[in-house]
This record gives sequence, C-alpha cells and structure tokens, in this order.
Amino acid sequence: MISRLFTFKGGVKPDSHKDESAGAPIRKAPLPSRLTIPLRQSTRAMARSVVEPGQRVLKGEVIAAPEGPMCIAVHATSSGTVRAIEAQPVPHPSGLPAPSIIIEPDGEDRWLELKAFDYRSATPQQTRDFLRDCGIVGLGGAGFPSHIKLGPGEKGIETLILNGAECEPWITCDDRLMREHPDGILSGALIMRHITGARRILVGIEDNKPQAIEAMRAAVGRTSEAEIEVVAVPTRYPAGGEKQLIRVLTGIEIPYGKLGTHFGVQCFNVGSAYAVFRAVEHGEPLVSRVLTLSGNMAHPGNFDVLIGTPIRELLPLAEPRADTDRYLMGGPMMGVALQSLDMPVVKGTNCILAGSPVLFPPPPPEMPCIRCGACAQACPAELQPFELYWFSRARIFGKAQEYDLFDCIECGCCSYVCPSRIPLVDYFRFAKGEIWAREKEKAAADTARERYEFRLAREEREKAEKAAKLAAKTAAGREKAAAALAVAQKPAATPEEDAKKALIAAALERARAQKEHVQPENVGNLTPEQQAEVAAIEGRRAEIRDMAKPHLPQED
Amino acid sequence: MLEAILVMALGAVVLGAALGYAAVRFRVEGDPLVEKIDAILPQTQCGQCGFPGCKPYAQAIAKGEADINCCPPGGEEGIHKLADLLGREFKPLSAEHGIEKPKSVAVIDEQACIGCTLCIQACPVDAIVGAAKQMHTVVAAQCTGCELCIAPCPVDCIVMEPIKETVDTWKWKYPVIPLRQSA
Repeated sequence: MISRLFTFKGGVKPDSHKDESAGAPIRKAPLPSRLTIPLRQSTRAMARSVVEPGQRVLKGEVIAAPEGPMCIAVHATSSGTVRAIEAQPVPHPSGLPAPSIIIEPDGEDRWLELKAFDYRSATPQQTRDFLRDCGIVGLGGAGFPSHIKLGPGEKGIETLILNGAECEPWITCDDRLMREHPDGILSGALIMRHITGARRILVGIEDNKPQAIEAMRAAVGRTSEAEIEVVAVPTRYPAGGEKQLIRVLTGIEIPYGKLGTHFGVQCFNVGSAYAVFRAVEHGEPLVSRVLTLSGNMAHPGNFDVLIGTPIRELLPLAEPRADTDRYLMGGPMMGVALQSLDMPVVKGTNCILAGSPVLFPPPPPEMPCIRCGACAQACPAELQPFELYWFSRARIFGKAQEYDLFDCIECGCCSYVCPSRIPLVDYFRFAKGEIWAREKEKAAADTARERYEFRLAREEREKAEKAAKLAAKTAAGREKAAAALAVAQKPAATPEEDAKKALIAAALERARAQKEHVQPENVGNLTPEQQAEVAAIEGRRAEIRDMAKPHLPQED
Repeated sequence: MLEAILVMALGAVVLGAALGYAAVRFRVEGDPLVEKIDAILPQTQCGQCGFPGCKPYAQAIAKGEADINCCPPGGEEGIHKLADLLGREFKPLSAEHGIEKPKSVAVIDEQACIGCTLCIQACPVDAIVGAAKQMHTVVAAQCTGCELCIAPCPVDCIVMEPIKETVDTWKWKYPVIPLRQSA
C-alpha cells in the first residue's frame, strides 16, 4: 500500500473538457476505402516491406519485417489487396511523405489464423520477440517499441507503472478503455510483470476519472494476484508525463540522461498493456487503437480505429461542425496541426481535435517577454523557460543546452501561462531541431575529414610504393646493361656458352613441334553439312581478308 | 646573506627543472589553433578557398595568410564562428570564392557513364565507387557536395542535386507570427 503521494513542481490546470467524449461507449469505426500503413516508425527505425503490389493479404499478416533493434513488424490491418508501396504523407509535424504500404480492403476483414502465446513457459526474451513481431508499441503517443522497454535494464525492474493519467484536456480514449476493458488491461500488466520480474504494479489514474478508477479497482479485486494498486493521482497537467507520474507515485526524481529503468521503474500506457494482452492471449497483432474525436464536433466520442484509416474518412463519425477551420493531432497542449486530412491514423494517434475560431482561437500576437517568471513556476521539468526562450530566439544554442533545453518535455505549460502569449514551446522545438541538425552535420564533417585524411595517406603510400618499384626497375636495368656490356666486351663465346645456346635452341624446336601437333578439339567427327558450313565460313573469311588487305596500314 | 642567495638559487633550479620537465611531458602535438579552425570548417574539401582542402586553409588562416571569408560551403555561419574564435570582425563571404548554395550531392547518370574513373580520382573523400569501363556511382551518404567530380567528367554525366527534405531531416521552423490583413 502506498503510504503517501508525492508531487511534482509546476504544472497547470486547464479546463479538462473530458465530458464531451467520455460519456458514450467506444464505437467501432467502419472499414475505410483504403488503408495507408507507414513503414517508418521513428528516426531510427524503418521496416522493410515483404509484400508486392497486387498481393492479397489477410488481416494481421506481416507486410513489413523489422530492421534493426528499434524496429517492430508492420501488419495488414484488414484483409485486402496491396495496391502500392509508395511515399505518402505521414502524421508527422512536417507533413512530408514517407514510404507506406497502401491496402485496399476487400470488406471481409478476415483474420489470419491466430494463435495465443504461452508466455508462462517461454523465456522473457521469447515473449519480447513475440511482442516485437506483433508490432506492439507504446500507445501513449511517442510510440516507443514495448519489447525494448520490457528489457531487463541495468538493475531489473521493481515497479511497473501503468499510466492511465490521461492528463491532456479533451482526450478520453484511455478513460474509456479502462472503463470497458479493465480486466484486459490488468491481464496485460500481469504479463508485463511476468516478463520483467517486477514486484508490484501501480496504476496511476487522475482523480477526475472516478469511473475508470472504480472499474480498475474492481478488476484488481477479481484477480488473486497481490501487489497491485490503483492510485488516484491529483488532476494536474502534466501528471501523465512519464517522469511526473513516476515522481508522484514513487517519489523518485529521474535526473537528466537517465531513464526509469535506472531506478527500477518502468512506465507503460494502459492502452499498451491492453495491446500486450490481446497479442499474448489472443495472438492478435496491434492492428487498431482507440482514438478520441472531439472538439468542435456534434457527436464527439471514442472509436476503435484500424491503423492506416485516413482521417478524412473518420471525421463523419463525429460530425465536425460547419465552422471547423482546422484539426489538431493530439491534445490542445501538445498536439500539432494536421497538415492534410488524407493522413492515416498511426499507432501513436490518440486524438483528433476539431478547432474553430471560437473554440480554439488563433494564437494572439506575441508580445515582449516581461520577465515575470510565470513560466518557471509552471515548468514541471523545473527549467527556466524564459532563459531558454532568450537563447533559442537569439540562436545561441550552446547556452540553451547549458540551461538543459533537452530536459524540456514540450508539455506546453509555459506557453499556457505566459502573459505575453509567447509560443515558447515552438522556440524550444526549433532550437532542439537546430541542435540535432548541427550534431548530424558535425558527425558528417568528421567522417569527411577522416576519409580525406585517409585518402591523402593512401596517395602518399601509393606514391612511395611506385617510386620504390621504379627505383628497383632502374637498378635492374642498369645491372642488365652492365652485364650486356660485359658480354659484348668479351671477344669470343666460350664452349660452355655454345652448349647452353644449343640447349635453348633444341628446347625451342621441341616446343614448336609440339604446338604443331596439337589440333583443335572440336573439329573431328564433323558431319558433311557441318564441314560444308565450316568451309563456307572459311571462304567468307578469306574473302573479307582479301578485301581488307589493300586498306590495311603497312605494319612493320 | 649567502644562505638567502642559496635558497633562491635552489628555488630557481627546482622550478626551472619542473618547467623543463612539463615542457617535455605535456608537449602539445600540432597547432591547437589550426585544429580549432579546422573543426569549424565544413570539411567539404572542395578547394573553393584556393587551398587544397580544409586543413591547409585552416593553417593559412592560423598563419594570417588567408582571410576568414573564403569558404562558401561554411557560409555566413561559418564566418561568424571563425570571427568569434579569432576575435576578428565579421566579413561577408568573398564573392570571388563562390556563393553559399543549398547542400547538394553529386549524382551520376549511370546510363551515360563510360567508366573512365576520372571522377573517382577527383573525389577527395573516396565517395565514388566503380572501376575502369564499369559504371560508377556516388555513395550519397559520404558525398560532401564539393563538385570536384563535375569538371573532369568527359561526358558530363554528373549533376549536383540539392538534398531533399525528408521526415528525418525536417526541422521545426523559427516561430513567426503570421501577419493577417485587417479588413
């Protein structure tokens, strides 16, 4: 039993707007007209397609194999035909295209034959490999592969935290999932506990979701497992941030550059736990997720959506109002503007928010920083956003790094409280991107320098080798000339040399005779027709030779 | 009196020996300033500065023989960094050495390549693979975009292609406030 809860510094309390979408049960979204499944998973992971256009696939079939340790398998999310493998815009803030597999569903939605996985008799490594092949990633948004997070870490995992905080306003997909499938989530968590060997499970849920807390507690009561606790955490954004939730539940403050595993804590989204349960107990790869459609919509709600469904086909389910002028991917605090409605739903898409000038007014003009320090009080990472802002704005990136820019979780609390309405997070994202780009450039320059220096060294070595060879050759030539001179100076050949010459002449004669005896191998046993053909060819050759003769240049 | 002189002399000898030892023991190989300048230069090895590579240019800057604004691939940012390092005034890029271009890589039209190996010999970072009378190709990841392979090609089958922005290379832009027209 947890004796007390801890707190994290900072944070804000925006209007939660959960009631709009939390009331109705999760509905299954209809089959879309096409599925666009991106192959790129992160900057370090791109799966390799194993299907061809025109190929028929079943729901749950592997269509791209993992490449590298950070990669997971990609599955067809419905049965149908692979239409193309081409670059398509992906849900990324850039809106740029990346390689994707396009599947046209046949309407049958027929599953591949599924087989449950017996994790109790498998080693943790086998279970992790199975989860990788089922395409399980964190469903909280970042999409980090779960099989890596379930790894043993440095000192093993003692506490497993299930993150059901869902602190972003408007989003209710985890809330609904916990209300409707608490037993599945719990089973997933128990499987995770089995893999990691953790002692206890803590489920952290913000106290503005009493029904979810109730449902999870009831599920815990139904199991016979010990050391599981559902904890209501105070509602304060960003309580669902990984480091913040770990801090609230365990009191551990994770320093820069360290992960929860360094302190024996690992944190998973409740959706990920449910996906692990579906994969292990039912053999189902991760082909769908629950997603909130909310904001400026007539019927907001949560939907079970196939991965790859175009957002355009999803929106009519919630009926966006007429004055909707833009869409956000994710919540209002951390979400990014959706560049195109043709983008597909991916594993990290937890919410599509419709915005209107009334509901989410466009950002008011930025005013000068008045150095009030409100951002520093709100920052849950205990940074000084105003300092970071000055350095990012002035492009003094080294200084920004000194002030721990990379500890920023981009939660948006600073922008939310800023009385001058400065889009601070935009500046931090810009600075982070520039620093990463510079690091990449630096690495490329270092490689180029190394390769250039190697080339210079190689050229130098080759030159030396050539010079040495030439010197050896000239020396040999000189010796020969000297020897020849010596021979010429000798008046007459000795009888010994005559004998040698005779021997050489005899050898040459033998070699010539042998050459004459050797016959081409494939000219014997020819049929008369073949002989006639050969004769004709020879004749033509002779003719050509004759024709060419007068034109041939005179050669020695 | 004599004692004091002896003590001072002894001190001088001991300190001198320590300094002499330190000079040998902690001797710095190479010129640290050249290294620092070289670290700022983009390592394109293009020779646009008039020196055969980035290191010789760095040496020339360190000796004061070359100006800091002769490196087009380094661009204005590179000049700013050099100016900061050397405590000099910033100067705009000298036009006679070229202009700052977007980062590009060489691409060989493999249909047209005759396999003459001239570009392979010209490439300062060995980023072109191929052999005599065999098709050549550029290893894009290693190409510095120096353009040194373009001139030697007898069939003009090498072009410079600007590197396209992908999801992986995309960066958040500098925040700007859109100006809205008032009605």
